[in-house]
Amino acid sequence: MKKYWHVIGIGIQNNLTYRVNYLARTLFGFIPLFAMLSLWRTIYAGKGQGSALGGYTQAQMIFYYLLVAVVDVLTAVNEDDWQIAADIREGNISQFLLKPIDYLWYRLCLFFSGRIAFISMACVPLAVFIFCFREYVVLPASGAALPAFVISLVLTALLQFFISYTMAMLAFWLLEISTFIFILFALEYLASGHLFPLDLLPPVIGHALFFTPFPSMLYVPIAIYMGKIAGADVWLGLLVQSLWLLLAYALARFAWRRGIKKYAAFGG
Amino acid sequence: MSRETRVESREQEGQGAGAGSLDPRPSTLVRYSAIYAALWKTSVTREMSFKGNFLLWIVVELAWFGLQLAFVGVIFSQTTTVGTWTVWQVVLLTGTSSFIQQIYQAFFLVNCTNLSELVRTGKMDFLLLLPVNTRFLVSMRQVDLPSFANAAFAVCIMIYAAGKLHLHPVAGQLLGFGALCVIGILVHYSLMFMLASVSFWTVRAQGIVWGYFNLFNIARMPDEAFHGAFKAVFTFALPVLLVSNVPVRVLADKLTSPTMWLVLIGLGVAWALISEWFWRFSIRRYTSAST
Repeated sequence: MKKYWHVIGIGIQNNLTYRVNYLARTLFGFIPLFAMLSLWRTIYAGKGQGSALGGYTQAQMIFYYLLVAVVDVLTAVNEDDWQIAADIREGNISQFLLKPIDYLWYRLCLFFSGRIAFISMACVPLAVFIFCFREYVVLPASGAALPAFVISLVLTALLQFFISYTMAMLAFWLLEISTFIFILFALEYLASGHLFPLDLLPPVIGHALFFTPFPSMLYVPIAIYMGKIAGADVWLGLLVQSLWLLLAYALARFAWRRGIKKYAAFGG
Repeated sequence: MSRETRVESREQEGQGAGAGSLDPRPSTLVRYSAIYAALWKTSVTREMSFKGNFLLWIVVELAWFGLQLAFVGVIFSQTTTVGTWTVWQVVLLTGTSSFIQQIYQAFFLVNCTNLSELVRTGKMDFLLLLPVNTRFLVSMRQVDLPSFANAAFAVCIMIYAAGKLHLHPVAGQLLGFGALCVIGILVHYSLMFMLASVSFWTVRAQGIVWGYFNLFNIARMPDEAFHGAFKAVFTFALPVLLVSNVPVRVLADKLTSPTMWLVLIGLGVAWALISEWFWRFSIRRYTSAST
């Protein structure tokens, strides 16, 4: 176990060298976020005071996007998928086949250290941004929502990682996988609730989406926090997330095992 | 000191080449056209050696475009207007903004993002030594062919939306629309090339360059969604809110005053000049990495 702590420590140090990049990314990210909030405010202004769209009041809608920004900072993969694919393509994984380190846990540690480094740079500007919109900030929907939100957040982060890891395994078979990553990212952006709350969709589509992993990658923790998923449904939400997580983990292990057989250790 | 002057003189030599009347070489325009044709040829060759990838990139861009249209659909399932913009006007705006972005991407994007790599690895040396304007080479080295396919798709969406709006643009409107789109592409290019030039100061400027994508995101939103300082900054300083909105307003008879396109043209010229100045200023900082 100790060796993985070292990995996290080194990972944080490595990632902190990109802190200006992280800061720039966070600050640039505020522009579309602010634009989105303006867009919704204009729409609500056209609808008249106190109106609700898809069950969201204006304040809830704005808070939804703030939560998306927070959950995204806490759980999104950074460049892990590109790095894993590069490791495979360039033969860097050979050393992990010889050392008593599991590549998957190694990458998971790096994912966590990447998140820690990113959060350390993003937290101050993000806090300032949210402070500017503090009138819209609401507390968790209920006392039970907060711990459920935290658990859901962890599941989201792990699911994000395992899906990226599995996608990166394609590098065993294909030279260029960025197109696949981008297509998946586009789907995720739409179907995970990144672009708009999934409650705005027609109910049939909204429900159908839960048969894909995407809502578990962002929407579920937010919906739990805001009480859109409440009562017994919280358990259901967490269960769905856990199932997708297990599936993604199994798929990651399977793809690795198949890939290793194909692996020819170029370079290394 | 010596390196700086050498770089500068290279610059001037590149620009002045072929201009003199005693020069036996062909005129500047002919020479640069020939060079650009050669660059096109290598780009086509490169793309064709990865045909599957070429098609997949088209799919990627179509997916993102579909995502934007889906967002418009979701928004207008909740409301009938954003400000005074109706659903098909916003679709027209989304199409136009995508068209501008794709054409920009076809000519400039890869080259802008590659600049920091050229500086980091020292490959700039090679480009500086060629008797051609360095900015021309850096900006136009590669052509991204899939983007043309996606631009064509954006045009289809624009035509469909224009049909839904029952628009019958006169020749002047179409001409104005096209000219303003070109200005818009130049605005994007000038701004992004300036950001890319930051590579001469901090080697890891790629993050900054990719950050510019966030500005594309707001370029496709109707201008009436914004108010106050945010609108002022992105209209009068970084005119991304004008880039697609003004041409669409011209086409859809939504133009409230001619100041809008005057501001866009004025800022387009201003940013082109500033970006050229900044490039010349930045390249003096170049210290070769490899030699």
